[in-house]
Formats: sequence, C-alpha cells, structure tokens
Amino acid sequence: MSGDRARIDYALRLGDDALVLGQRLGEWCGHAPMLEVDLGLANIALDLIGQAQHFLAHAGALEGHGRDADKLAFRRDVLDFKNCLLVEQPNGDFAQTIARQALFSTWHELMLQRLQGSSDTAIAAVAQKAVKEVAYHASFAREWVVRLGDGTAESRQRMVDGLDWMWRFVDELFAMDLVDQAMAEAGVGVDKSTLRPEWDHLIDAMLAEATLERPAPRRGVMGGREGRHSEHLGHMLSEMQFLQRAYPDAVW
Amino acid sequence: MSDPKKEWPLWEVFVRAKNGLSHKHVGSVHAADDRMAIEAARDTYTRRMEGVSLWVVPSAAIVASDPAEAGPLFEPAEDKVYRHPTFYVVPDNVKHI
Repeated sequence: MSGDRARIDYALRLGDDALVLGQRLGEWCGHAPMLEVDLGLANIALDLIGQAQHFLAHAGALEGHGRDADKLAFRRDVLDFKNCLLVEQPNGDFAQTIARQALFSTWHELMLQRLQGSSDTAIAAVAQKAVKEVAYHASFAREWVVRLGDGTAESRQRMVDGLDWMWRFVDELFAMDLVDQAMAEAGVGVDKSTLRPEWDHLIDAMLAEATLERPAPRRGVMGGREGRHSEHLGHMLSEMQFLQRAYPDAVW
Repeated sequence: MSDPKKEWPLWEVFVRAKNGLSHKHVGSVHAADDRMAIEAARDTYTRRMEGVSLWVVPSAAIVASDPAEAGPLFEPAEDKVYRHPTFYVVPDNVKHI
C-alpha cells in the first residue's frame, strides 16, 4: 500500500467517524426526552460535524482530485465510507444512544489526545481544537450512563440493553490494520491497541458508579474501516445524501 | 402536560459574562441533580460564548417577595428621588456601574 493512499484513508477514517455519529445524533433534534437534552445532543452533533469538515477537507486535499469535504460527505457511496461500525448503529432509545456515545467518546478523547502530536500538522491542529469538545462529550455521556444505570428499574434495564447492543463493536475501535500500522510508524497516527487499558479503566469506573456489570465478552464485529458496513449505514446515507444526489451542487 | 411529580426539579441558572461582572439570572433548566443541571445550563445558555462561569440554584430554594405586599414594599421608594445618585458625573470610560 502506498503511503499516500494510507494517509488519505487515515484522514477519511477520522472524518467519517465524526460525520456519521454527528448525523446520527442530529436525528434526535426535536425528539429528545427533554428540551435540555435535545440541545445537548445537537451541540455534540454540531461539534462532530465541524471536526468531520476539517478531516474530510484534509483527505480531499491529499487526494488531489478536487473533492472537497461536501463532495466526500454527500457524493460518496456507502462502500467508500471508512467509519467504525459503532458510530453507524441506530439510535434506538435514549439509553442506547448514550451507550454508543459513552463507548465512542471515551475512545475518541484518548485518540485525539495522542493525535495532537501527529506529524501531520493538519491532523494535529484539528485534534488540538477537537480534544476539548470531545472531553465534554465523554463526560456528558458517562454522567448519563451513571444516572440511567443507577436510576429507576426501567432506566437501568434500558441502559443494560443499550450497552449490550453496542458492546460487540468495541474491539474494532482498537484493531490495527495495515493502514493504522503504516500511519503509526510514520508518526501520523496512533497505535490504538495501546489505548485499551486506559479505556477499560475509564469504562469500568463508569460502570461501577452506575452499579452496572460489564457486558459479557463477545466476538467483536469488524469491517467498517474497509467499507464493510452494517445495513444501517446505507439507510442513513440515503437520507443524509438525498439532496445532493437529487440536485447535484445545490447551494443555499 | 406530563405528571408534574414525574418532572425533574427546576434549577435557576446564573451566568457570569466575564470576570469582574456578577452572575446574572438568565433562565432555568430541568435536571435530575446538580451536576446534570450544570451540564444542561452549559448546553442551553452558554453555547454562544455567553459566559465564563455558571451557577445553578434549586428553584425551590428561592424565597420570593409576595406580590400582594408590593405596595408596602416598593411604593414608599417612589417619591424619594434623593436616594438616586444623580448628582455625580460618571466618567465616560467607566462602563459597568
């Protein structure tokens, strides 16, 4: 694999994680359980879409074919998306959304902390700005896991079910393939496998405070980084990309 | 409306716009506890860089004056113009007074 292709893929992975989760959270807008939560989720969605814009613009510039962030977001097919499977999972109920957010944002914060030192100055600059935003996302989501887990019998059951749904997508966050290895060696990326102990520690502390058990271990599902997605992503993109597909290059 | 007993408690939100100014009441949020009230206040009232510090206070802890007593409480001040410090010139560059 050429170094250039790996570097483009790496920027796409970072951008697609943020874009897909931002779009998912946007689905809550106007539907969240409380006005305050509605605003909170929309704030997080907008933070993530802002990050996606920067990472995708960088990927487009590296690629050099004239594709900007909008083209990559709205005119790319599902098989070309490089996000992890966790972020494309359906919102489900509020607890399932919070489970996804706590697992992802805890990982995302650890990633961005390391990426601040990336030898790719564009990636380092985005990470420096994004790490503060994501620290809030992680704390918001983990606080909610505690409230729901240690809440009523119903909120607890929903939190258990939400974590159970998302847990099979955790291993993929830490998996290292050829792109990841090449980028880690080049000083651009992160050896994600080294993040696991700290992630485990943070998640276990959250579960203990929420009086919840760690979900039973299971075989991790992988493939998102290579474009092998769950059925959910295609449906999400058909809605997200509708306008630019139906009216190419439409502007406000 | 949903059952009020099932609603989260109400919290009054105060924002300090910048250091040196006092916290000002800006509105209220519903939240299950104090930590969540701070987060809800942050998301609701400081999204556009409105502040550098937040206070939340349980609305139930606020003691309000009785509107029926407004006459005895406030009207006696109406004709006491000498209590206003209007006989001083305020320098132009004094902003927060």
